[in-house]
Amino acid sequence: MMRILGFAMAGLLLTGAGSAWAAGELEAQGREVFAHWCEPCHGDGPTFPGTTALRAKYEGKIEPVLSKRGDLTPDFIKINVRKGVSVMPFFRKTEISDQDLEALAAYLTRQ
Amino acid sequence: MKLPPGVSQQDFAAAVKDFRDVVGAEWVFDSEEDVNLYRDAYTPFWQEEEELVASAAVAPDTVEQVQEIVRIANRRRLPIYPISTGRNLGYGGSAPTLSGSVVLDLKRMNRVLEVDERNASILVEPGVSYFEAYKHLQAAGSKLWLDVPDPGWGSLIGNAMDRGGGYTMPMYRNHFEAHCGMEVVLANGETMRTGMGAMPGCKSWQQYKTGFGPSVDGLFSQSNFGICTKMGFWLMPQPEAYLSATVSVPKYNDLIPLIDTLNFLENSAITNGMPFLGAPLTNPGLMPGDEVRRPPAAELMELLATPGGPSDAQLEKLARDKGMGMWACRLQYYGPPEVIRAQWAYSRKKFEAIPGATFSEPELLEMPLTPEQIAKVHKVVFGVPNLDIFFIGARSETVPQPSDGHIWFSPIIPRTGEEVLRAQRVINQAAVELGLPGVPFPAVGTYWIRSFMFLYGFPIIKDVATNKKNRESFRKLITIAAENGWGEYRTAPAYQGDIMATYSFNNHALLRFHETLKDAVDPNGIISPGRYGIWPKHLREGRRKP
Ligand SMILES: Cc1cc2nc3c(=O)[nH]c(=O)nc-3n(C[C@H](O)[C@H](O)[C@H](O)COP(=O)(O)OP(=O)(O)OC[C@H]3O[C@@H](n4cnc5c(N)ncnc54)[C@H](O)[C@@H]3O)c2cc1C
Ligand code: HEC
Repeated sequence: MMRILGFAMAGLLLTGAGSAWAAGELEAQGREVFAHWCEPCHGDGPTFPGTTALRAKYEGKIEPVLSKRGDLTPDFIKINVRKGVSVMPFFRKTEISDQDLEALAAYLTRQ
Repeated sequence: MKLPPGVSQQDFAAAVKDFRDVVGAEWVFDSEEDVNLYRDAYTPFWQEEEELVASAAVAPDTVEQVQEIVRIANRRRLPIYPISTGRNLGYGGSAPTLSGSVVLDLKRMNRVLEVDERNASILVEPGVSYFEAYKHLQAAGSKLWLDVPDPGWGSLIGNAMDRGGGYTMPMYRNHFEAHCGMEVVLANGETMRTGMGAMPGCKSWQQYKTGFGPSVDGLFSQSNFGICTKMGFWLMPQPEAYLSATVSVPKYNDLIPLIDTLNFLENSAITNGMPFLGAPLTNPGLMPGDEVRRPPAAELMELLATPGGPSDAQLEKLARDKGMGMWACRLQYYGPPEVIRAQWAYSRKKFEAIPGATFSEPELLEMPLTPEQIAKVHKVVFGVPNLDIFFIGARSETVPQPSDGHIWFSPIIPRTGEEVLRAQRVINQAAVELGLPGVPFPAVGTYWIRSFMFLYGFPIIKDVATNKKNRESFRKLITIAAENGWGEYRTAPAYQGDIMATYSFNNHALLRFHETLKDAVDPNGIISPGRYGIWPKHLREGRRKP
């Protein structure tokens, strides 16, 4: 499905409107990656261990829900995903490909 | 980069090139950065020479590619280490048991091949995670439940191959026993199907487990005799309802009749969900792992700190003062409302034989649950995959210093109250002597019917000295447990040899049998050398633990 969309988009990318659309597309892909690989720990609610940990880490000074944060940078996300932190392990490329990671970073740093 | 023993740089390079031809360059990982992603994130050897690390990884997409890879590995005598989803955290992660092995990463093979709604089964490839299988069933409108372990990102096959467990009915929550039919790529590159799958055109592969003649499936679990490429599993039809209720008993020694009664009820299938058993003083809701989420009450801490430890009577009194049982068991039931209410009523009658037993009001939920309900319940009990369990060790208000993972010491112990209390005393004393946190109350794993698991967690932190000390302590616990007849059900590669050595009846006859098989089915010793202490001939020297 992603592959077919990518193919159809190739022509559009030549125009400015196309690239804005492509950015939206990347974010949408990133949202999917997030929902599958991150949300079970970083979701919005009392039972998510990532969110609980970040709430304790920042003592409420920074939004604990990753997908609602405004201060993340692509590099910070990529380092955490490929190096892991505390009980959160790193992710292999058969799980989250480099392209998925670009999309994830785009989604988490969207304006 | 570490190469496996006896493999030359040329042979390694030639094999990697051949792997590229088979799966495409994109799916062979040999840069340091990529290979590092196959490290065990919860390794007890972090930053030590002994850490088990891969030399490369290869990720096929089809059974034919797996066969080709095996043939190449055989030609070059190159060890490969198959993983399904590689999320075996606490038991080795995605790292091999022999450094320098090439990890055979089957995550890309993630197709659900068949769901049989009428006979309640599923046939999957290795890369299918519980999350993915669940999504698939939901999208198909299936009325079948998965049985899931705590972490939903593992796979039906990977978890079963390590003999993991889940949370619904006994016949489903033992994940290896819930399987029905396997396809295996053998070390010579051939595919083999077990059970009814050995008969061409047979339609009951997922319906009758043992087929004809010797049943060999068990040989492939916790071993290194083949690579599983397909596996069928029996699924549980969604029940009409679920009921949960708790029985509490007042006296310390009431644990004995409590467990005897539970055994009768479980072995008779009168209670058919997983029982949670414990001391409400440390875990009021009897939720597995909750001890670490809430610090114990101040009075209990005080009591536990008394020199020589509290007496049984003191503990009983504290529990009574707090309006709790000394012990409690939360029972769970699946089925039609009228049936499970009756099953609970009967269970209650049986427990009433214990003087002073008290009972909670039963809580009944009708299925299917709404998303709002799912968000509030203990999800695994309803077959809903999730990652909530990672609160263990993670930072929280009560745990300001998070760990970097954990490893469990989890021997199987007999299912009697006497033995649970004895294990608690022995392991507590050993822990205290080793300078580890004590275990004032037993943490009893109730995954399996017929036996218990005694759970003792070791945190992993990225500190060499601490990890070294913990490894020594872990090994000491293995020995002490074995002296008492308590043997581990599963363990991380760091300890697999040590534990295999404790299953030593008649001069290690069982291990020697495994080795005979290994030599016969994998003469070059290319599949997962060392897994569960089984080494191929050329690497066996000096490896066997006395
Ligand atoms: C907080 C926490 C809670 C946990 N709770 C549970 C729990 O409730 N129940 C439980 O069972 N486990 C539990 N675990 C342990 C572990 O995470 C799970 O068992 C997990 O499912 C195993 O990882 P996996 O499914 O990705 O298997 P994999 O890592 O893919 O496989 C495990 C091993 O099996 C062998 N193997 C895998 N696939 C194949 C194959 N196709 N052919 C041949 N050999 C193969 C390999 O040796 C591999 O290393 C827990 C771990 C943590 C950290
Ligand atoms: C198994 C649970 C788990 C999963 C899955 C998980 N995380 Fe985490 N993550 C955590 C925990 C716990 C922490 C907090 C560590 C600490 O205490 O410092 C964390 C921390 C982070 C941080 C650091 C934030 C900060 O400000 O310190 C980032 C970024 C992050 N995760 C991103 C991700 C992304 C992206 C994904 C999905 C690819 C993901 N995580 C999946 C558990 C998880």
